[in-house]
Amino acid sequence: MPLLWVLRDMLNVTGPKYGCGVGVCRACTSHLDGGEIQPCVVPVADCANREVTTIEGLADSDELHPVQQAWIDRDVAQCGFCQPGQIMAAAALLKRTAHPTDADIDRIENVCRCGTYSRIREAIKKAAAAGDT
Amino acid sequence: MARQLSRRRFMVYSLAASTLTVAAPLACDSSSAAGAEPGRRPPGFLVRGTDEEMLVLEVTLANRVVVRLPRVEVGQGVTTAVAMMIAEELDARLVDVDIPLADARAKGNQYTGGSNSVSSLYGPARELAATARAKLVTAAARRWNLPARTLRTRDTRVIAPDGRTATFGSLTASAARIQRPAVSTKPKPPSRHRVIGKPTTRIDARDIVTGKAKYAGDLAVAGAKPTVVARPPTLGGKLVSVDSRAARAMPGVHAVVKVASGVAVVAESFHHAFKARDALRITWAPGPLVSLSDAAIRSRLRAAVPRLGNPPRGSAQTEGEFEFAFVSHAPMEVLTAVADVRADRAEIWFSSQTPMDARDSIASAVGLRASKVKVHVMRGGGSFGRRLNHDAAIEAALISKAARRPVKLMWSRADDIRHGRMRPASHHRIRASHARGRVVAFTHTMASVSESYEGQGLSAQGSAQGPAPVSARGGVTPAAARAAGPLPSDSGLYNFGRVSGDYGSVELAIPLGAWRSVDSGTTRTAEEIVVDEVARALGKDPVAFRRTTLRNKAVKAVLDKVAAAGDWGRSMPDGHAQGVAVHEEYGSCVACLVEIDTTDRKNPRVTKVVMAADVGTAVNPRGLEAQLMGTAVDGISTVLQAGLHIDRGAVRESSYADFHYARQRHAPLRFEAHIMPSGGEPGGAGELGVPAAAGAVANAYARATGSKPRRFPLDF
Repeated sequence: MPLLWVLRDMLNVTGPKYGCGVGVCRACTSHLDGGEIQPCVVPVADCANREVTTIEGLADSDELHPVQQAWIDRDVAQCGFCQPGQIMAAAALLKRTAHPTDADIDRIENVCRCGTYSRIREAIKKAAAAGDT
Repeated sequence: MARQLSRRRFMVYSLAASTLTVAAPLACDSSSAAGAEPGRRPPGFLVRGTDEEMLVLEVTLANRVVVRLPRVEVGQGVTTAVAMMIAEELDARLVDVDIPLADARAKGNQYTGGSNSVSSLYGPARELAATARAKLVTAAARRWNLPARTLRTRDTRVIAPDGRTATFGSLTASAARIQRPAVSTKPKPPSRHRVIGKPTTRIDARDIVTGKAKYAGDLAVAGAKPTVVARPPTLGGKLVSVDSRAARAMPGVHAVVKVASGVAVVAESFHHAFKARDALRITWAPGPLVSLSDAAIRSRLRAAVPRLGNPPRGSAQTEGEFEFAFVSHAPMEVLTAVADVRADRAEIWFSSQTPMDARDSIASAVGLRASKVKVHVMRGGGSFGRRLNHDAAIEAALISKAARRPVKLMWSRADDIRHGRMRPASHHRIRASHARGRVVAFTHTMASVSESYEGQGLSAQGSAQGPAPVSARGGVTPAAARAAGPLPSDSGLYNFGRVSGDYGSVELAIPLGAWRSVDSGTTRTAEEIVVDEVARALGKDPVAFRRTTLRNKAVKAVLDKVAAAGDWGRSMPDGHAQGVAVHEEYGSCVACLVEIDTTDRKNPRVTKVVMAADVGTAVNPRGLEAQLMGTAVDGISTVLQAGLHIDRGAVRESSYADFHYARQRHAPLRFEAHIMPSGGEPGGAGELGVPAAAGAVANAYARATGSKPRRFPLDF
């Protein structure tokens, strides 16, 4: 059973969204042991004894993750549906690459049908800069 | 666009309640809202009970300001814009204002579309809040025994000259009894605006980035189990027979029921539901279009375009024929609806731009009186026009009725892309006739696919307005009126002499829907391409040519803005170019300048977009910038890469893997939006940018490649 439906339908963890079910739109993007995954195509069995982090777990209680804060500062979201996945993808990118280039950011495949890409790019750069201070 | 703020007032009523509750009527559009005839009765006239036609504001004992909004939030930022209007006139903190979405009502204006939400709410919302403020101030004056005019309001409190303060919540009960406020109930003059016009972050930003924002599929309605539908491979295909034994025997399967659109499976999780759906053995009869593919649709459209008349004698012609493919709305949140239909009542939760129509349609589909059907409007994960139709909600209600249990229906992404709705394909023939360096006649004839309802079940029922397309103005235009109606070019955007046009259509049983900017997304895009080609034929620069032929100063001003900010005419390497286009609609206007890199001809990249918009008063410039940004990506997507093919009566694409809506790597590396400081009544903005962005992308591509783009998307 894909992790996405365990999260959403059994555990009522609804931050990760269904957008395609085939790992393409990436609206469900979450972390497995800190690395980016698409729960719609990851069997729950692969997650045994490993740490799954969804958007709900990214903030440190009330203290937002720098990527979430940058998202608010740049007012990235429109409909908001893809944004949990976008944020998790950006957080994973920044973990791999502290100062992503435009080319690095271009490799993010997450679809945003509202077209918030420019603000996503700015927010990632802002979060990267915040990581320096 | 330098429109004067009208001096009309909106009637504001007090509702009989224990807390301050005021209401303003909402008419069908902002102009007829003036029909409330202020003056006949004093503001603050008391009416009993709640009138659900109205916009109602309540100040709660807990110091919350609550306005139940008869509109839907689908990302366009309407809840933030309305919260700003309320906060402005009440002098409330934005964080103290709540804008829940109203349930479907029995009457009044609960339509979200035509880019008219802000313009239709701007007057009533401010009058409402200004009246509430006056009553709160009056209540405080009585409590403190001070002249009301000496009191100030700030941060959701009334403040006395001696420094005493009272929260609105502490005053709401006494303010509810105030009949005649002792201070003005008039909204502020724009010169005193502190909230309206200030770039403001969405009120739901934190909920979104923490994953707390709830969409229909996130609801936990008791007993509503995940439900999917097995649909035919072709558009309008019909169920012949189904063997559901294997599916029913699978673990976690609660019910399998036939519906007009296919076979529904209700299960413990969506995983179980999809598995069981795939185990159904179904025989389908092909849909009515099984012998039809793109090539035939294109040739039928071409044949349906009315002829261009004779050009003026002695003129030279610049002509073009343009084709646009079908385009999916493909909102990120697939259609989802929770339905609980019982013998004597029904309750549905989903995101709807037309909840009143939805309620009526659902009621008639399940055989209940509309008054027994409750429709809860949820925030939507995007719409772009898709949620004008309520196909999925009707389907969910019918499944709930048949399965005798609450259901949470979700369309799969493949359902969404293969079964519509979509922007109709169209074919355009445009001719500009010029003589002595001037355009003397401009003709645009076109044909688009229109939806025929023969042999269609749910698709037809789910149409908000029956077969009538929703006009760009937000009203509903009967098909006949549309056929005779003016083309956007008739608005007189350019001094092009005699402007004429005509429509044809090809009726096909394809589920269609209004797509952001509706007809303008194709018609005006094609026209802007021709404007560039005329300029070239006349040996003129595209910006200079537009400047001398545009009629409206405001449009020239936005064009000048992008030309200056975008450094129009700067030298660029081979394969790179700039392009511009303008558009005027919804009482607003916009210009767009793009830079494109076509050195990899197969993967052109728009590297920069500069837009300028004049929407009158921009309530939230940050929200407006977001809307323009979205339309820029729509322009890139629909011109360069995203469309649908029809192969033998079926949609070829089935996910974002083949419906190529732009990703980050296709979006501009730089985006700028300039908001013109014009003031006046707000115009519409949500759809405004699409034709300008699409036109600018096409024109830049043409200039970079030396080609004449004719068929969109270009990679088809």
